[in-house]
Amino acid sequence: MELLVEMQGINKAFAGVPACEGCQFQLRPGEVHALVGENGAGKSTLMKVLAGVYRMDAGQILLRGREVEINSPHAAQMLGITMIHQELNLMPHLTVAQNIFIGREPRRSVPFLLDEPTINQQAEEILAQLHLNLSPKQRVGGLTVARQQMVEIAKALSYNSQVMIMDEPTAALTEAEIEELFNMIHRLREKGIGIVYISHRMEEIKRISDRVTVMRDGHYIETLITPETTIDRVISLMVGRTIYESAPELPETPSTEVVLDVKNLNRGRELRDVNFQLKRGEILGFAGLMGAGRTEVARAIVGADRCDSIELTIKGKPVTIRHPRDAVRHGIGYLSEDRKRYGLVVGMDVANNISMAALHRFVSPIGVVDDGKIRQTAKQQVDALSVKTPSVRQRVRNLSGGNQQKVVIAKWLTADTDILIFDEPTRGIDVGAKSEIYKLLNELARRGKSIIMISSELPEILRMSHRIIVMCEGRITGELTSEEATQEKIMQFATQRSELIGIDSEVQPA
Amino acid sequence: MQTGTLQRNTPGAPHTTTRSFWRSEALQRILAFAALVVLLIFFSLASPNFLQARNIEGIFLSTAVNGILAVGVTFVIITGGIDLSIGTVMTFSAVITAKLVTEAGMPIPIGIIGGVLTGGLAGLINGTVISRMRVPPFVATLGMLYIAKGLSLILSELAPIYFERGSGFTDLATGVIISIPGVIDIPNAVLIMFGMALIGSFVLFRTVLGRYTFALGSNEEAARISGVNTARWKIIVYTLTGLFSGMAGVMIAARLNSAQPSLGQGYELDAIAAVVIGGTSLSGGEGSIVGTVIGAFVISVLTNGLRILSVPQEWQMVLTGAIIIVAVFLDMIRRR
Repeated sequence: MELLVEMQGINKAFAGVPACEGCQFQLRPGEVHALVGENGAGKSTLMKVLAGVYRMDAGQILLRGREVEINSPHAAQMLGITMIHQELNLMPHLTVAQNIFIGREPRRSVPFLLDEPTINQQAEEILAQLHLNLSPKQRVGGLTVARQQMVEIAKALSYNSQVMIMDEPTAALTEAEIEELFNMIHRLREKGIGIVYISHRMEEIKRISDRVTVMRDGHYIETLITPETTIDRVISLMVGRTIYESAPELPETPSTEVVLDVKNLNRGRELRDVNFQLKRGEILGFAGLMGAGRTEVARAIVGADRCDSIELTIKGKPVTIRHPRDAVRHGIGYLSEDRKRYGLVVGMDVANNISMAALHRFVSPIGVVDDGKIRQTAKQQVDALSVKTPSVRQRVRNLSGGNQQKVVIAKWLTADTDILIFDEPTRGIDVGAKSEIYKLLNELARRGKSIIMISSELPEILRMSHRIIVMCEGRITGELTSEEATQEKIMQFATQRSELIGIDSEVQPA
Repeated sequence: MQTGTLQRNTPGAPHTTTRSFWRSEALQRILAFAALVVLLIFFSLASPNFLQARNIEGIFLSTAVNGILAVGVTFVIITGGIDLSIGTVMTFSAVITAKLVTEAGMPIPIGIIGGVLTGGLAGLINGTVISRMRVPPFVATLGMLYIAKGLSLILSELAPIYFERGSGFTDLATGVIISIPGVIDIPNAVLIMFGMALIGSFVLFRTVLGRYTFALGSNEEAARISGVNTARWKIIVYTLTGLFSGMAGVMIAARLNSAQPSLGQGYELDAIAAVVIGGTSLSGGEGSIVGTVIGAFVISVLTNGLRILSVPQEWQMVLTGAIIIVAVFLDMIRRR
């Protein structure tokens, strides 16, 4: 069969860090081709190259056998390649029809006059083709995410797109909406349109796709024929890298004293019935894929977001936390994955950052900040955590990622917190500094601090955690001890949706 | 985690019909209109002088200039931008018109065209600086505010430039074409303002420029990805706003039969206030010309009415400020 798209030897690096190396991909007309891999495997990068969002550093793209150059999203669109992004590219204030025809509106005889009736009529025709019950005059901002996605598909179709790339299209959809999307995909495929389906959800991939390509660490691994393979095989290809360089170094088992007990945590569709306990001196790993709801759990606990229900018990006492400052008062510190936005004031110096969460301790009765005392405390922390900085007067902006993370930790230690929630503690930190952060976490646990560690890196989770909780789609789907945990088991829990969409994972694609 | 957040922020939560009415732009326009009616009733009851023909004419006359400025700046505000230079650009245009007519001895129509084009040029520069040099609109137009003010003072040598009496130039604003004899004379300025508003509304809702004005404010990146030359259209929008400021300059010169180089600063804030009261969102993506015109009337009726009630000028300011905040607050509630 003639190939619709063929990508060969694609290289793409960001600031010298390769995201794709020698990647390949094929798409046939009328095929649904799933693209899978862990977070950071390079699948989105590869598809953004195809959609003209990124320009590749090396490689070749053939469209129906002819080499093409794609240097902008618009160029891709003109070639019939459309990517439907997770963050939808629509204009909420405009109508469905206006969105579909933005940039190429039908005009009247005077060229700058819009021909609104024609715009609406042509949009109506496209919507009818897709059996979509949508009014072209409806404002897009008033539609559900699922319907907005349909508008994007309609727009793609109006460009005569032959290739549609869907990036996690079901991430924000309900079960019924997923059904509607799948029906739509069948209709598109009947028109001979090739669909690239990026997803983490194994059951969906099993059900909808014809072939699966697995990527890992920026490399192409293998392309499998979906009906001839199993979910287990796909997962093992996804995680199949050699386990971490060094042996796991676990501190001794924690005590049995429960310091934090979270019960009945619910928020809309994002968090559903989350219950767990954290023990003294324990490192509790939170694993799961992006969007599983782990950060949301952390933010709910520290009072950064409202939730529908939550019962918190800290060291045996029921507490109510409505605001992050309540959390600090109860000794909980949250170390955000986005240090520069939520963890640090990068324009200020190390000393001031370290004292930030406990400033009241450095203020004299008449309200004057005691700079000397701040510097002294900061120096102690800098020494204790071996932060590499020329002085505590150094601006945090000028420190490396690892040392910035240490400054955040120092800040929470200064504030006397003994429950620390780390969200992706080593994101953006190089390998050498990583192991230092790990040592520091172990040391903190040994000193009796209790730690929740949210991480998307399985080796990190396996190496650091005493116990692992796995989340998927806002629920806790599994709990593993450090002895029984493997990458495969975690992945299985993290992609476990069969009970949710109510289909057998081994069902053949229709 | 990122993805979850993005999805949540995507507009599109399902809501009921009543909810969508409360969220509709129409409501804000009704609110502004209702406010105008309430003000009119209140002042007519409070003072017998308010509904006098002379006073109504005064309100019309004072709305005209601010109305034209506000209609112009509505475009920029719908793109999610701002133009702080409209007031002083207006003055600069007035000075150019006066210079052309009085010193260069040009015919009045040439003076008018010169003034309008001067505004357009300032807008073109604003748009270019914002779009090509990526200076934030607030800063770029703040700079233009000072530049235009300075140039007005330089060109006029710090003194007002008067048009010849009897040249007929002032009829452009204060003359009367439409009149109900014995009841009311409608000044030409307000007719021109309504004409400009009609043009503005037509451009906004019927032309490609208008469509892209909304698109820029709604989701600029989406428009760009769809092949819209966003940089160019943004320049055109700022130029259009400038042209309206130029027209406002001609009108204020005609009304005063002179160009007053020290006037102008502060007018931009009245215009922006009118736009905001009229329901145009400062964050872009929605707005209307009708709303802006109503907003301009709300401001001038308020000022006029309070003056008639002998409320001291300083208190007029306080009340105007409070009304702006309340108007935007109501708008925020509607959006929630």
